[in-house]
Amino acid sequence: MTRELVVVGHGMVGHRLVSALRDRDTEDTWHVTVLGEEDRPAYDRVALSSYVDGSTEDELSLGTHDDPRVDVRRGTSVVGIDRADRLVRTATGETLRYDALVLATGSVPFVPPVPGRELAGCFVYRTLDDLDSITAAARAALARPTPGRRSAVVVGGGLLGLEAARAMRSLGLSPHVVEIAPRLMPVQVDEGGGALLRALVERQDIAVRCGVSVAGIVADRGRLVAQLSDGIELDADVVVFSAGIRAADGLARDAGLAVGERGGVLVDDRCRTADEHVWAVGECAALEGRTYGLVAPGYAMAQVVADRLLGGDARMTPAELDMSTQLKLLGVDVASFGDAHATTEGALPVVINDPVAGTYAKLVVSDDASTLLGGVLVGDASRYAALRPLVGSALPADPVALIAPGAVELGAESLPDSAQVCSCNAVTKGAVKTAIGAGACDVAALKACTRAGTSCGSCVPLLKTLLVQEGVEVSKALCEHFAVSRAELFEVVAGAGITTFSELIARHGTGRGCDVCKPVVASILASLGRGHILAGEQASLQDTNDRFLANMQRDGTYSVVPRVPGGEITPDGLIVIGEVARDFGLYTKITGGQRIDMFGARVEQLPAIWRRLVDAGFESGHAYGKALRTVKSCVGSTWCRYGQQDSVGLAVELELRYRGLRSPHKIKSGVSGCARECAEARSKDFGIIATETGWNLYVGGNGGFTPRHADLLVSDVDTETLVQLVDRFLMFYVRTADRLQRTASWIEAMDGGLDHLRAVIVDDALGICADLDAAMAAHVASYADEWAGVLADEDKLLRFVSFVNAPGTPDPTISFVTERGQPVPAPRTPVLIGIPEVGS
Amino acid sequence: MTAAVVATWTPVCRVDQLEPERGVAALLDGRQVALFRTHEGAVHAIGNVDPFSGAAVLSRGIVGDRGGVPTVASPVYKQVFSLVDGTCLDDPTVRVEVYAVSVDSGTVSLRVGR
Repeated sequence: MTRELVVVGHGMVGHRLVSALRDRDTEDTWHVTVLGEEDRPAYDRVALSSYVDGSTEDELSLGTHDDPRVDVRRGTSVVGIDRADRLVRTATGETLRYDALVLATGSVPFVPPVPGRELAGCFVYRTLDDLDSITAAARAALARPTPGRRSAVVVGGGLLGLEAARAMRSLGLSPHVVEIAPRLMPVQVDEGGGALLRALVERQDIAVRCGVSVAGIVADRGRLVAQLSDGIELDADVVVFSAGIRAADGLARDAGLAVGERGGVLVDDRCRTADEHVWAVGECAALEGRTYGLVAPGYAMAQVVADRLLGGDARMTPAELDMSTQLKLLGVDVASFGDAHATTEGALPVVINDPVAGTYAKLVVSDDASTLLGGVLVGDASRYAALRPLVGSALPADPVALIAPGAVELGAESLPDSAQVCSCNAVTKGAVKTAIGAGACDVAALKACTRAGTSCGSCVPLLKTLLVQEGVEVSKALCEHFAVSRAELFEVVAGAGITTFSELIARHGTGRGCDVCKPVVASILASLGRGHILAGEQASLQDTNDRFLANMQRDGTYSVVPRVPGGEITPDGLIVIGEVARDFGLYTKITGGQRIDMFGARVEQLPAIWRRLVDAGFESGHAYGKALRTVKSCVGSTWCRYGQQDSVGLAVELELRYRGLRSPHKIKSGVSGCARECAEARSKDFGIIATETGWNLYVGGNGGFTPRHADLLVSDVDTETLVQLVDRFLMFYVRTADRLQRTASWIEAMDGGLDHLRAVIVDDALGICADLDAAMAAHVASYADEWAGVLADEDKLLRFVSFVNAPGTPDPTISFVTERGQPVPAPRTPVLIGIPEVGS
Repeated sequence: MTAAVVATWTPVCRVDQLEPERGVAALLDGRQVALFRTHEGAVHAIGNVDPFSGAAVLSRGIVGDRGGVPTVASPVYKQVFSLVDGTCLDDPTVRVEVYAVSVDSGTVSLRVGR
């Protein structure tokens, strides 16, 4: 007999409950109706802020329950519960009967009772709709013609408030954070950690005021003024309330269910209310009186209720109610775990505070210094993954040694099997080991079968370590000829001053190479400026495109692309290209990179074509190379009514600066003159968008197979700073990426991701910036057009022949037909495969 | 002439026109041949037409070795062919022609049947 489950709330926890129940309800004992207030599919609220950076609703979606036994009604509010008859009433007057009712209503933003909080321009920070409204208000403010910065006041300096401040900065506003407590993130960090956190946050152009509150908000000439309790007034275009949340327990109160002292539907450790048919999970639940505002305990509650609904006897465990937090905000690591504030009787704090390095670490240990109770890490939380699972266990070393820089390295081997590796999804080290034993051989497989690492991702480095410890070999060998990765090979070539492939493979490899390692070595030699790419032995390393400095097409002909920096071209230039194409019978097409591609050139025609182009002032566009392709641009402030900066001028400057830079894969860029983004810069490896006073730099964008928006690296920098950061970004990429790895996956694969990248190239955390700057300066100084180099060298020209014994005879297999007025390859007669005809 | 098979040695180029590990194409009676000289100095000749794409481009592939066997990788879809027997090492059901080569007094000749 089918029973009816009604779930009120379609957020992360409600969604997880339904998934967990349906995964296990193999006999279809339940039919589920989900009533969600928001008119959207459930989405990842933890990643809410990424929405302003370009993540779409689809990307944030948790997926729909594609299941005939699950009926999801979005945009449906519940107005009452009749527990006696087991009915739920919706705002539209409909009633639904239930056998079990789960409240997963989440929470509502807490807005302090500040006069003026209802004014236009005041927002809360909770839903995608809130972010849509904030974005619209920010854009309207930025579009106003009056000079000066646009600013946002963020009320609340906790985790959510700092997220909101970062989002405001992404939107182009200057944020002020106002926190009533004496420090930022008062729940997670202590006084010492808070002081460092504040300094690190302020360094990111976010103003911070602690120990004050907002006393009132008034409208003033189209803007807002926030009046603070210390008498200061802050101008604001947007005010965001992110001062905490309150459990959404109104339905339960109205239905006569008990609530906790501080709100929340009172439930026991089964997540059940006093009514045996009613359950509550997530932020709306007060589990034995206490509410939990993190997703991990919410997910655990969802699992418990799913189990109970199927007749199980699961209960919440203290480990599942762990309030440990690790996050990276504005490039600042913050972690807090266990008894972070040392409230346990006799607890001893051990602190290492290094304001020079920008790190703060505190461990809280038991009074006999034998057991780890908790800790706070600010500035560097790399030890969080190793330390958090040790809470409650015996200390493996002296506490100072565990947090001192460069001291004891805490390996995964020191963790007991019962330690939770992934606290978001409650996965233990033992479970990970079992999965590896059952055949999971990489992080992706571990994610799929254990769910570890699928939420916040902070345990991914630990998963990698466990894979290695369990004997899974993760080969980084380039190919059968080199046992090292591309990045290591780069260091070898650069460090040892190697100039030829033969020398390299004799000393560091085996055999004679292949189509994998040879182009890699060719690219490394080119990146290091070791001569023309067709000089001497280097020519034999190049892929055919590089070998003939043109792009091979499917019929063996080549396409020719002269460089058109920034997409800016004179009428005379256009005429030259048109005449060359006409005279050589080439097909022409405008490319996505704002230049012109000429197709159908035979190998022996290439020098003559390029002679004409070079004489007219064109140079190689490197369309054939793993190198900088184009820097696309909109027309910018020169012509456009909305342009804020000269985007074409910058695009030309950047394209000329980085032309010819050989890299692990192709590099694309774009410059937009305003936030309308007509150059689509955020789909590029490095993209630049003009602001009123400078440029925002985005990195790691991608089109292609896996489209990805670029992430904001720095905002509002001047041109000089921008160019320096792009120099470093590109050189760091050239040196450390894998073969054929675009910048997007390079950053994703980097331990520490974008924040690590920022630390390296903005803050010079590795001390290599001077080296990167010098390397780029050398590249810029040594650039020479490759095609001009070929045309000036008889030996190189000799290679551009069709046949060694008939140099001018065209390849007889090439033929064209006319389509829409242009030549295109003639359809081939099918080729027989596998019937060799050997002369005897 | 009827069905008699006449194998003839045809001079194609000087050996110094073959740079180590860089192929060239040759045209013999409408037949396209790719010639390669390995790092060690051996000269190999195979059919120039890539059976997977139909384009006459194998001479423009990257020369190397797989497990010690000298190879060329098609520049179109990157299948690797043995220079010794013409077998596609990525799909052994596929082969290209192999031609006998002689190097005499600096001249490279190919033996082409029929």
